[in-house]
This record gives sequence, structure tokens and C-alpha cells, in this order.
Amino acid sequence: MLYSPIPMHIPDGFLSLIVSILCWGVTAGVVGLAISKTNKSLGEKQIPLMGVMAAFIFAAQMINFPVAGGTSGHLLGGALAAIVLGPWAGMLVMTAVIVVQALLFQDGGLLVMGANILNMGLATAAVGYGLYRSTFNQSRTVKLAAAGFAAWLSVMTGALLTALQLWLSGTSDLQIVIPAMLGVHALIGFGEALITVSALAFILQTRPDLLGEGSESARGSRIWVGVGGFIALAVVLFSPLASSDPDGLNRVAMDLGFIDTAQSGAGPLAGYTVPFLASASASKIAAGVIGVLVVGVIVILIGRGIKAGPQS
Amino acid sequence: MHFDAFDRYHERESFLHHLDPRVKVVIAILFIVSNALLPDGAWDAFLFAWAFVLIANVVSKLGVGYTFKRSIIALPFALVAITVLFSIPGKPVFSLQFLMWNFTVTDMGLLRFVSILIRSWLSVQMAILLVSVTRFPDLIHALEHLRVPAVLTTIIAFLYRYLFVLTDEVFRLLRAREARSAAAAGSRSGGGVAWRARVAGNMAGQLFLRSYERSDRIYNAMVARGYVGHLYTLNPHEMKSSDYYVSALAVALIFITQMLGRF
Repeated sequence: MLYSPIPMHIPDGFLSLIVSILCWGVTAGVVGLAISKTNKSLGEKQIPLMGVMAAFIFAAQMINFPVAGGTSGHLLGGALAAIVLGPWAGMLVMTAVIVVQALLFQDGGLLVMGANILNMGLATAAVGYGLYRSTFNQSRTVKLAAAGFAAWLSVMTGALLTALQLWLSGTSDLQIVIPAMLGVHALIGFGEALITVSALAFILQTRPDLLGEGSESARGSRIWVGVGGFIALAVVLFSPLASSDPDGLNRVAMDLGFIDTAQSGAGPLAGYTVPFLASASASKIAAGVIGVLVVGVIVILIGRGIKAGPQS
Repeated sequence: MHFDAFDRYHERESFLHHLDPRVKVVIAILFIVSNALLPDGAWDAFLFAWAFVLIANVVSKLGVGYTFKRSIIALPFALVAITVLFSIPGKPVFSLQFLMWNFTVTDMGLLRFVSILIRSWLSVQMAILLVSVTRFPDLIHALEHLRVPAVLTTIIAFLYRYLFVLTDEVFRLLRAREARSAAAAGSRSGGGVAWRARVAGNMAGQLFLRSYERSDRIYNAMVARGYVGHLYTLNPHEMKSSDYYVSALAVALIFITQMLGRF
């Protein structure tokens, strides 16, 4: 099988529950918005198109090229999808790709899927499209250059988010994980940029109508320029800050309750008490309530089973 | 390529295969959440959870070691967790001298590292089992029942349905590249990395156009067959009494796992 994963799919177990849930929250919000936006602007025809495009991104990730020493580069596709399909459709397509990668190939976990979608689907599409959109009326060269930079930065954004989530979960050390992730992905992003630019150049040459005025690609709101620019700026400014002042960031994370002072537990939810509840007695009561709830669920399920009658 | 070349489903006549897909999805997710909740070093609970997986393996008639053999894939990612070995304060276990750095592995760091690996490894096994006993279309149908938006499940269903078609297309493109990449003995073929990346990019562009045009044809064919915006299924997915009993049992077992991990 040609399928070769990008070292950015987080498996289950590497993120703490609270970080996973927070990421799921953000992802659900953005994907929900994307669904309502695409429902509004697209006809029923768009659904098969997006489905086949998702299969395209999946298949395009199999096109690899030898780099050096047996390693090979290939596409992640978030920026390309957003540029050719428009931002919202691009996000939905990337979401579907990541869901299928997790379900079929166990490439990325289920509980951490929200984080993976956020890192590789939503953030890459937002950065990629935003930077590309800013060059709407420019020449072909400027457009392609912007797309290349956007593709590179989209990979770096995903890598930075992954690193931050790992650090907030107490899985990795900030001083090491950020330079390591960004260093590796600076190279991967280079391949991403080259493939994205030449794919776009090819499409511009053969089917310019797909990217020209009135196309899905050009119809995205100007707001995306701001969104993409903001994320890009945040990544560019944050990365040096994170490597120069890790202690400051660690203190912020402790204040917010992500990491406990000795970093001895597995984040806030892994202690012997329920988090958020400081006192031991309140925590015991909460544990009791949870126990009662669990027993209640079991009883209801068995009751329903009896009601459903003998196996048909 | 066959249409289900990517499906991890393994045909067997077992109880787990016939269980309602919704139940399987929910149990798998509960199990993974439970793993994430277990504290570091909860060995009893880890063992109990593993027993859960092993028994599920046996019940599925796939063989005790089925998921174990396929669970190695998540291991390379362990690299990102390696820093906890040194960074968490605790009693030093042993030290490594590497160039000018001195790495000291602490007992707390080791505990945390091993716990992360076990949690991940148990969760991966459950995910493998889920897709091995559930056909992918059933899985998507279950997601629909579990209130995943229809737009998304339809896109996923299309992705799955046309993935093998486009993979064939990729193989064709790769074969064409191979066929044109001959080199005389002793000389290098092709250009530098940037040139190779450009060729790959052109191939991606070509694939995009072929997919785009294919999606047009697919849509026209669907309209010709009466497509009005949503897909029908002949599989009603009704919960049987056994589905409820298994859910109850699984919730109880996961609860026991949590208890073992905490007290």
C-alpha cells in the first residue's frame, strides 16, 4: 500500500481528556459553521463533488516523490483543498479525509480526532485560503508564490498546534517538542509548497475557469484574508516566543489548570479526585453521583433490552 | 482494484459482527475515553482493560491476538512523549551520556511514559476491533444515527465509495511516471528534488482535473437514477434486546475499570 502517513496524526492516549474535549469543541463549532455556510451557498450537486474531492485529497496523498535517503515527500492537502474548493468546502473535505484516515487506517485516534481535524483540516485550510485570497487580483506569479508560502505555513501551523496540544496534555516538554515539530515540518512543508504550487500552476494552465472569477475559489469572503493573516502572524510571532520563554508559557498553563506544578499526574482529570472540585469531600460526593448515574444507565439499558423482547 | 480494498472488515459469523453498529461505536468511544481517564500507573485497570479487548477478540472469532498484531502502528508516535522520561522530577533511575548532554531518566518520568504508551496501545486495539467487525457503510450509517450531520456522513460515504476509483487513477499516474523515468546505465535519471516535486505536483493537478470531471459525470448519473439530495439505505438498524444487554455489560465493565484505576 502506498499510503504513507504524515507525522502529525495524534493517536489516542497522547492527549489528556480535557485537551481532547476542548479541541472537539472548537472543531465541532467550526465544522458546524462550515456545514451551514455550504448548505446556504451550494446546491445538491456540491455534495457528490465534495465527496469525490475528499477522495481526491486522500488519493493525492499517495503521490510521493523521492527526497533523499529513502524518505519521500507527499501532500497534506489542506491548503490546496481550500484554494481550489473555497474555504468552507475545503474544511469539510479535509474533515472527511481525517475521519476516514482515523477509522480505516487507525491513523489518528477517535477521542483525539477533534484535535487532528483542527490541526490538519481547519487550521491548514484557513491559513492556506486566507493568504491565497489576499492575492486575488494579482498576477499569476504572485498568486503562485502566495499559494506556496500559504502551503508551507499551513503545515507549520498544524505542527505548532500539535506541539501545543501535546505540551498542554503533559505528554511532551515544551522546550523540545516545539523546535522538534517545527524543524521536521519546515522540511515537510517545503514539499507541500512545491506540490501545491505546481498542482495550481497545472490547473491554471489547463482549466483557468476553475480558479478564475466566479469560481468557488474566488467567492470566499474577504474576511478570510484577515483570519489567515491573523493565524499566520500568530504562528510566526509565537514560535520564537515559545522557544525563548518556555517558563513563562509553563506558568500560564499551570495557572489555567492544564499542568499541575510537579507535572506528576496526567493532567487535571487523571488525579484521584474529580478536577474543578477542590475539596476532597465535594469530590467524593461527585464520585458517588457519577457512580449512581452509571448504575442508572446500566439499569435503563437492561430494561430496554427486556422491553425489546426476545431476539428477532 | 476491488471496491472494498480499503475496508478493514473481516467477514466472520460472530456475535460482535451482528451487534448494532451504533452500540459498537459508542462502546469503543467509551472505552477510549475511559483509558484517557485512567491515572498513570493504574496497572490493575490497564490489565483489566486489556482483558476486555482480548475477550472481545475471542468473541469476534478473529483470534485472541488479532488486534495485538495490528496495534504496532501507533508506536512511532511514542517519540513525541520521550521527553517526559527526563523532564518530570523524581528519583533518578539511570543516566545516559549523549555528546555533551546528560539525560537522567526518573522513576516518575518512566511511569508516565509507559502509561501513555499503554493507554494509546489499548485504544488503538479497540479502534482496530471496531472496524474489523463492522462494515464501513454500516459504520457511516451508525454515525448518522448518532447525529453526525448528514452533509458530513454523505461526504464520507462518497469518499469511501470513490476512493478505490481514484486510487486506481493514482496507480495509473504512478505507472506512467515509472514508464517515463528510464535512465541509461551509470547516469542519474530525472532532475533534483524540486524538479521531482514539480512532477508530483503536476500529477496531483492532473488527478484533480480527472476527479473534478468525474464528479460531474457521477452527479449526472445520480440525477438520471432519481437522486434528490439524500441517500437511502435498506438496512434499518433496529436495536435488539441483545444490543441493550451488551451495552449494559460494557458500561459495567468500563465502570469497573475506572474503579480499579482509582481505588
